[in-house]
Amino acid sequence: MKAFDYVRAPSPAEARAAARGAGAAFIAGGTNLLDLMKLEVMAPATLVDINRLDMKTIETTDEAGMAIGALVTNSDLAVDPTIREHYPVLTKAIVAGASGQLRNKATTGGNLLQRTRCPYFYDTSQPCNKREPGTGCGAIGGFTRMHAILGGSDHCIATHPSDMAVALMALGADVEIEGESGMRRVPLDEFYRLPGDTPHIETVLEPGDLITRVILPPSPGGRQTYRKVRDRASYAFALVSVAAVVVMDGDVIDEVALSFGGLAPKPWRDFAVEDVLTAKPVTPDLFDEAADVLLANAAGAGENDFKIPLVRRTLAAALADVTGGF
Amino acid sequence: MRTDLSINGEHFSLEADPRTTLLDALRHHLHLTGTKKGCDHGQCGACTVLVNGRRINSCLTLACMHDGDAITTIEGLGVPGQLSPLQEAFVEFDGYQCGYCTPGQICSATAMLDEVKAGWPSHVTEDVNDMPKLTEAEIAERMSGNLCRCACYPNIVDAIMDVAEGGHK
Ligand SMILES: Cc1cc2nc3c(=O)[nH]c(=O)nc-3n(C[C@H](O)[C@H](O)[C@H](O)COP(=O)(O)OP(=O)(O)OC[C@H]3O[C@@H](n4cnc5c(N)ncnc54)[C@H](O)[C@@H]3O)c2cc1C
Ligand code: SF4
Ligand code: FES
Ligand code: FES
Repeated sequence: MKAFDYVRAPSPAEARAAARGAGAAFIAGGTNLLDLMKLEVMAPATLVDINRLDMKTIETTDEAGMAIGALVTNSDLAVDPTIREHYPVLTKAIVAGASGQLRNKATTGGNLLQRTRCPYFYDTSQPCNKREPGTGCGAIGGFTRMHAILGGSDHCIATHPSDMAVALMALGADVEIEGESGMRRVPLDEFYRLPGDTPHIETVLEPGDLITRVILPPSPGGRQTYRKVRDRASYAFALVSVAAVVVMDGDVIDEVALSFGGLAPKPWRDFAVEDVLTAKPVTPDLFDEAADVLLANAAGAGENDFKIPLVRRTLAAALADVTGGF
Repeated sequence: MRTDLSINGEHFSLEADPRTTLLDALRHHLHLTGTKKGCDHGQCGACTVLVNGRRINSCLTLACMHDGDAITTIEGLGVPGQLSPLQEAFVEFDGYQCGYCTPGQICSATAMLDEVKAGWPSHVTEDVNDMPKLTEAEIAERMSGNLCRCACYPNIVDAIMDVAEGGHK
């Protein structure tokens, strides 16, 4: 690990000031950043410890939604009684990820900003446009089992590894950010940027920007599930995953929200897929039609071709779960 | 840099480079070598300790981030002659072969049983709003962050189940 200056931030303003400099990074749980620092994939010159900041509460908002502090641990979020009862898809997604030990340390903000698990990104002897812009992409033409089938570019086909973020995307969460010009709220869907020709830029965050809270709209109710397929039954990243929230009216789908993990450089939500399903009675053909729309532009890179049929089946299974049909 | 830690009830003042992980602080600075280093990357659980009562991977956190925290290691759970219920059960049920993963398994299981008592759901809990029942599948899922290269999993599960059912007090 490269040497760094360690700063314990007493307030958000001081945290932001300390993190504005070149090569500074916030540290929250540290479970992703320290992993990458040990490998020297990341080498911040200043480490700004934000763990003493007052961002650890989960509260009801005036709009009858929930506001989750950026430092709330994944464990505390998953077990919160209101989250469990009214946003169970979030609890299910979190407990499908990592391990008990990691979830106790991982935070809401850090989870959103965890980096890809692309093995070339992790290996500093390999080319990687995300780690070192302009060096090329080791994955394209290489090992791609974990890589994207949607949203990638000729420069990068890495996937976003978070389970939590997939559920937050289906729930329509916003990210609250404290920056130079005050507070702003960005829908999670607009928070992440697709790689294009700048895969090293992953979000809309500017240097020194601090995530303070994640805001959930009022509970959508209905039936909610998170279905994750992985190489072993636990403690492994998603090959594909589906977060599904459905409100039924008899055997007709009244409202639906879907989001996908393991497919793309960000948690993937495609409203056209939801439009196909809305106000339709449940049939197996309907689930297939939805998958057709989702996969219209999907392309495998070889080893990850299996994700195309796999997500079709995972989507059907998740929809069967929440609609009670097929 | 100076960090004040309470470890197994005793106060320690650590003077170390900020790069020092909690794991290396325990093993190399404080000579508490019960906590083991397997992967050093959060992938095996050998380094599991309790911080303020919660289990974490001590390899993925810096000691300096824990100023003022209370840490419990395997040495703090029990000592020969005065073993903790889980330590006794691991002996009785042969929950190990080489023993390298064992301190992590026992620290992890200690906190895991508290999580179950507090009603925390897991990935295999049918309804996340129900009080979980500690089945074998629940133990396996909740302990998945602790790998055992000797694959003593069946005996580890038996040992934990025995303690959960009140076998060792
Ligand atoms: C072995 C292993 C298995 C895992 N399996 C899974 C899995 O199956 N599913 C899954 O979803 N995840 C998995 N994870 C990843 C884990 O969820 C993340 O490491 C964790 O969520 C990161 O949170 P953190 O608080 O530790 O982040 P940190 O490591 O502290 O930070 C991560 C990044 O976020 C930035 N940051 C943190 N907080 C803020 C803030 N408030 N504002 C601005 N920037 C901030 C940091 O600067 C850093 O760049 C796994 C990790 C490991 C090691
Ligand atoms: S897929 Fe992206 S992260 Fe992986 S090697 Fe290519 S550029 Fe790097
Ligand atoms: S040594 Fe910490 S998890 Fe392996
Ligand atoms: S007993 Fe040998 S690794 Fe578990």
